[in-house]
Amino acid sequence: MKVSVDLDTCDGNGVCMSICPEVFEVQEDGLHVLEEEPRTELRQKLIGAEVSCPTQAITVKD
Amino acid sequence: MPSSQLREIVVVGGGVAGTRAAETLRQDGYDGALTIVGAERHAPYHRPPLSKKLLTGKVHRAGVDLAPQFELDARVLRGASALKLDMSSRTVHLRDDDRELSLQFDGLVIASGAVPREWPGGPVPDGILVLRTVEDCLAIRERLRSRPRIVVVGGGFIGAEVAASCRSLGLDVVLVERATSPLLAALGKELAPRWAELHRQHGVDLRVGVGVDGFVGDDHVEAVRLTDGSQVPAELVIIGLGVTPATDWLGGSGLRVDDGVVCDATGIAEGSTADVPVVAAGDVARWWHPLYERHLRTEHWDDAGRQGAAAARTLLAGPDRAEAYDDLPYFWSDQYDVKVQLLGVPTDYDEIDIVEGDPGAWEFVAAYGRGGRTVAVLGTIPNRVYAYRDTIAKGAQFPPNRPD
Repeated sequence: MKVSVDLDTCDGNGVCMSICPEVFEVQEDGLHVLEEEPRTELRQKLIGAEVSCPTQAITVKD
Repeated sequence: MPSSQLREIVVVGGGVAGTRAAETLRQDGYDGALTIVGAERHAPYHRPPLSKKLLTGKVHRAGVDLAPQFELDARVLRGASALKLDMSSRTVHLRDDDRELSLQFDGLVIASGAVPREWPGGPVPDGILVLRTVEDCLAIRERLRSRPRIVVVGGGFIGAEVAASCRSLGLDVVLVERATSPLLAALGKELAPRWAELHRQHGVDLRVGVGVDGFVGDDHVEAVRLTDGSQVPAELVIIGLGVTPATDWLGGSGLRVDDGVVCDATGIAEGSTADVPVVAAGDVARWWHPLYERHLRTEHWDDAGRQGAAAARTLLAGPDRAEAYDDLPYFWSDQYDVKVQLLGVPTDYDEIDIVEGDPGAWEFVAAYGRGGRTVAVLGTIPNRVYAYRDTIAKGAQFPPNRPD
């Protein structure tokens, strides 16, 4: 799976991090994607993060 | 893997909790019939921007749609409202446009959300609006174009955010709050006044310790009458008096409703049985939280989505194998250039301490304690609250050590 984040759009609300802390870490300087190609077991959480991002900043691809 | 024999699941609610529940059912392999009953006419959308960027026009309508993840194999009714739940016949009665119909289920997700409190004093002149749905937001936005003088009634998060959004557009705003400060109930008496000051600094005419007595105006509102006898001129009034869980349709169902659908820690509704499994999630639900050892009903975007997913997993797993959900409630609020984030539940805290930074510079972290344990952390340093997740989840001593 591939994860990308549009940092211009990201507001740092941290919703992705609350859903999938394995991959998303929001720090003081902004959002960090800890694994850009996470394992497929995280698929459900990743999709949850993508859907729930209030600024639609996250894209997840299989 | 789903062990259940469920073949006919109905999800009442088309917001984030219901949507995430439906998606999770499919993701987890449920392949029976699935019906979503949504009260609103739209595909699901993000509610948080309605008091912020959508209201100010920083994002457009399309920018708040919930990104569809996959073709959800479900029958979706929109503009449909649930009227009654009959547990004995496992039926939800509803109205879809002008027709009434009944849906059979063998598993039910209640995610009917909450409805905003209207002005309790009866009929009001035109120009007095609530903000809950995207239509509400766009209607207010349309009226902002004539640059009205605005009174916001209620200093909770919606009222405070609306006031900030309107000020950022340069409009005159009076914010009326009956308590001694906006956000008092949410943030507590030590910190809430800082937000009062923030609003004052940004030019909000803040009236605290006073309520609204009524409205002046025949056709259109002209002024708001306060309980101290004064009048505040207004061409637009936004009511932010909170919401009540949408449980009217559950009367007589046998489910326990007490400020929401009372649920156990897995989301199973009290009063349901293994034969008629019912779970609830989101604004309408009050789940037992193992850490806080009480039933909690939150109105947070983030919680609603995560609860929806958890409720769906519970439904599929069945009561014996369902897992307790003990995630920490989380919300954020944007007012002016300050983002506040709060992790955990500060209700009934007995201690509070600034644990990092400088409140004067709006860069700080505060911890709330109860009975010697850290129960919640608030921060305006972006995302610093997450560093305290384990601190709160483990009930660490108060004041907490500063994590890395």
